[in-house]
Amino acid sequence: MSRRYDSRTTIFSPEGRLHQVEYAMEAISNAGSCVGILTKEGIVLGAEKRITSKLLDTKAVGVRREKMYKIDDHVACAVAGITSDANILINTCRLQSQRYLLTYQEPIPVDQLVRGICDSKQGYTQFGGMRPFGVSLLYAGWDRLQGFQLYQSDPSGNYGGWKATSIGANHSSATGILQSDYEEDMTLDQAMKLVIKVLSKTMDSTTLSPEKVEISTLTMQNEVVNFKIYEDSDLRPILDAVNSEVLKEKETAS
Amino acid sequence: MDFLAGIRGPDFVMLCSDTSAVQSIVTMKQDEDKLVPIDSHKLFAISGEAGDRVNFTEFIAANVRLYAFRNGVDLSTKAVANFTRNELATALRKSPYQTNLLIGGYDEHCGPSLYWCDYLATMHEQNICGSGYGSYFVLSLFDKLWRKDLTEADALSMMRKGIEEVKSRLVVAPPKYIIKIIDKNGIRVLDEV
Repeated sequence: MSRRYDSRTTIFSPEGRLHQVEYAMEAISNAGSCVGILTKEGIVLGAEKRITSKLLDTKAVGVRREKMYKIDDHVACAVAGITSDANILINTCRLQSQRYLLTYQEPIPVDQLVRGICDSKQGYTQFGGMRPFGVSLLYAGWDRLQGFQLYQSDPSGNYGGWKATSIGANHSSATGILQSDYEEDMTLDQAMKLVIKVLSKTMDSTTLSPEKVEISTLTMQNEVVNFKIYEDSDLRPILDAVNSEVLKEKETAS
Repeated sequence: MDFLAGIRGPDFVMLCSDTSAVQSIVTMKQDEDKLVPIDSHKLFAISGEAGDRVNFTEFIAANVRLYAFRNGVDLSTKAVANFTRNELATALRKSPYQTNLLIGGYDEHCGPSLYWCDYLATMHEQNICGSGYGSYFVLSLFDKLWRKDLTEADALSMMRKGIEEVKSRLVVAPPKYIIKIIDKNGIRVLDEV
């Protein structure tokens, strides 16, 4: 019966649901997962890469990054969902950030950026007749007023601030692990280990390698915000360490 | 001719303006307060074309208030100054606002700041500034007297000396002036000369 109310994005079903928005979220739960954890030292973002093939030319422009993007000097994001939709949203994020900087000569507060994007996402659920964006984003940022912040937004245009969260495939089991293992005063290193552990449990493969995973951190270095995407060479030893820990846990358990 | 002057101290900003509102050859009123509060800790000192002066200031003030309501936090003085400059610049090549202004404010995180802005959307951050014919007399005097560790009393005496100079040397000097100060507690009227 509700099939009749699927095709128009901007009307409610009789049960009071917006089906297109829900279908968009369905699309995202089939996409590569992303995990984010907020600590006092900064934010760790981890993501599962779906496009893995040795034929990929990783030096070509546009292919280098699949999941993590820098929006401004003080804000970065990880995306889950339809990549082409994500590109549009990221461009909008960057534009809004620069417009604010041009007008006020100060970096945009992170919550204002998130709210701006979410307001435009909401538009696609209410008028215009175009489908919603099939993307959820994790925003990691720092501003003078609130320090380090982690936000999550979804196709409905809702957003929230989180201490730890995940989006994409298996996000509910990932969030479950985060709920039990997250501690208030984690260091950045502990958070990174937890992010990798969560990814290894929610991804199809048990051992992680740099080709399958993207890890980044947003921290302060010498009073300047620093967004670092870990290169393969940095990533390998960290992944190996977590892999062997996970293996030990399995052995002691069995 | 309008007169505006500003002095920045280590933990305060002092602004002064004359209080005449003039329409061609007639003085309409002698108690026009041209030091307009934008929020609890920021002042605009405005001069220029009568309608533009008030209209522009109210427009900026309304936007600053809207920002505060939308985002739950006040804009910094630097942000307000740059936003104002931006508006002047956008209007410049369509229908310019003929107003010069001084923007003074106090922020928790960086203390006092003082900006000079003219109708062509030029903006400078300065320790001492002035606008109008009177500024020619006052700037050189302030250059001599300004120090980094000015007290409020020093700055007030400096401002009074400046006003005396304008009154005695400028042929069309306005008769009355008002002086206000902004510090961490907000805006106060110091004197009416």
